[in-house]
Amino acid sequence: MRRRHFAAFAPCPQQRWRPRPLHRRHFVGAHSPPPESKMALASVLRAELSEFSPNFPKSFPKRFLEDFAEDSEGIPEILRDPPGPPRVLAAPPWGLEAEPEGLGLHILHGTTTLAFKTPLGVTVAVDSRATAGAYIASQAVRKAAPLGGRMLGTMAGGAADCAFWQRLVARQCRVQELRNKEPVSLAAASKLLANLVYQYKGLGLSMGTMLCAWDKRGPGLYYVDSEGQRVAGAAFAVGSGASYAFGVLDRGLAEAPGSEAAACGLARRAVYQAARRDAYSGGSVRVFHVGPEGWREVSHDDVADLQDIYGE
Amino acid sequence: MLPTAGRGLSRPEAGYGLEAPVQHHRFSPYTFNGGTVLAIAGEDFCIVASDTRLSEGYSIHSRDSPKCYKLTERTVIGCTGFHGDCLTLTKIIEARLKVTTNATCLTFFLDVLYHWQMYKHSNNKTMTTGAIAAMLSTILYSRRFFPYYVYNIIGGLDEEGKGAVYSFDPVGSYERESFKAGGSASAMLQPLLDNQIGFKNMQNVERVPLTLEKALQLVKDVFISAAERDVYTGDALKICIVTKDGIKEQTIQLRKD
Repeated sequence: MRRRHFAAFAPCPQQRWRPRPLHRRHFVGAHSPPPESKMALASVLRAELSEFSPNFPKSFPKRFLEDFAEDSEGIPEILRDPPGPPRVLAAPPWGLEAEPEGLGLHILHGTTTLAFKTPLGVTVAVDSRATAGAYIASQAVRKAAPLGGRMLGTMAGGAADCAFWQRLVARQCRVQELRNKEPVSLAAASKLLANLVYQYKGLGLSMGTMLCAWDKRGPGLYYVDSEGQRVAGAAFAVGSGASYAFGVLDRGLAEAPGSEAAACGLARRAVYQAARRDAYSGGSVRVFHVGPEGWREVSHDDVADLQDIYGE
Repeated sequence: MLPTAGRGLSRPEAGYGLEAPVQHHRFSPYTFNGGTVLAIAGEDFCIVASDTRLSEGYSIHSRDSPKCYKLTERTVIGCTGFHGDCLTLTKIIEARLKVTTNATCLTFFLDVLYHWQMYKHSNNKTMTTGAIAAMLSTILYSRRFFPYYVYNIIGGLDEEGKGAVYSFDPVGSYERESFKAGGSASAMLQPLLDNQIGFKNMQNVERVPLTLEKALQLVKDVFISAAERDVYTGDALKICIVTKDGIKEQTIQLRKD
């Protein structure tokens, strides 16, 4: 029975609202498998359509091929380069590309998000800085978003990637909730998200998210990322400031926090210290608590104000 | 944002050393056409302003190419970046707002949208500013792997009549703010706005709500400053003021050098 539920929401390549990687695209309005259009403008470039065969990119116009560096996927790099620095939240820790040439592209990431489980629930804390290269694009980004009524998802990596996929999963969870008349479990929601982004593995999505909820199994915490990792655990920190946050967190979790206030205080301090040490984290610290009744925001403090409280 | 080396010239830094600089002739589907956009939200108004210079590399293509586009009676969008993508994106947004669905029309546009909703015709009301922002986010993300090189800022009134500004990155990440500068001079303007409108790093100052007159004066001042120090900003300034009475426009001349 569980399998049927998964099958109903298995990632379907025919779903039309999701972005298609270029080499897997279908024509708009086609209901049969299309002549695989590989270029976004293929429908306009009718005369050259013969060049865009299913064997893209090997059949890409030869006169351009020598200009393009192909990467391991065989896709010309120019079709992968984003045009300008996109807004990003923290880097998942699997390493960053060196700055590519071209339009001054920067994919430096910066964020600190963390979550840990206690018998009282799941405590989540996030910073609020988004950077585009070395420019701080925003100091007021919301990096924790609800996924349906009772789940909370944090965002790290590419801001658009996180926001889009979590919103899509939230929609799927809501549909499943309506069909089954019970809230979707955290394991199912995290599996859904992991399977969705796994289809795009290797294409440049950048997303490191923690899903937190209190479902019928009790407090739950999963880490899901765009590399295909999905792992349950008791404590995670994600982002460029994660190592600083772990330092505070592991020390504080040596004895289990006695109360919700103590847990939230620990989470707040961990993100604050990471914001102090990591140049790409900062702005303000939001702390959430996920309990049996759902999630709620516990506090929202500017890092500059916390400096007065905690001192150096 | 650096201009693209569309002519295949190597960067100056690449030529250090004893060997001759290597020439990379690389086709790029993008170019950078410059321009700056600014949006400020007030209690019951919203201002969207842009310069009107269209440039590419060392040339100016046009001195009269404003970057604000009116979408509805309550919403204006400002787009900078690559002008080709700006034009197409605004066409797509306007079509999503107004045009009826027609299967043959689809093939004449880029196959980036899989749902053409006749929002106005099917829902019989104009889209709210927040709804347009959410729609633009999905339009941009549908091109996640070949993005629109456009930095968008939407300004307008929300359902309660308060000013709303939504800023986007090229792939669709967005959030609502009180003020935002985008485009080539954004890094110069945003700190000034943070200080003057957001009262950041100011002590012992009374935080009064922004009036329309003060906001207009601020917009003119910041663009005059931007034109002094940014080569891609200048020529003229077009301001769209969105209030419950509609959208009014003003044009002010800037430096043309």
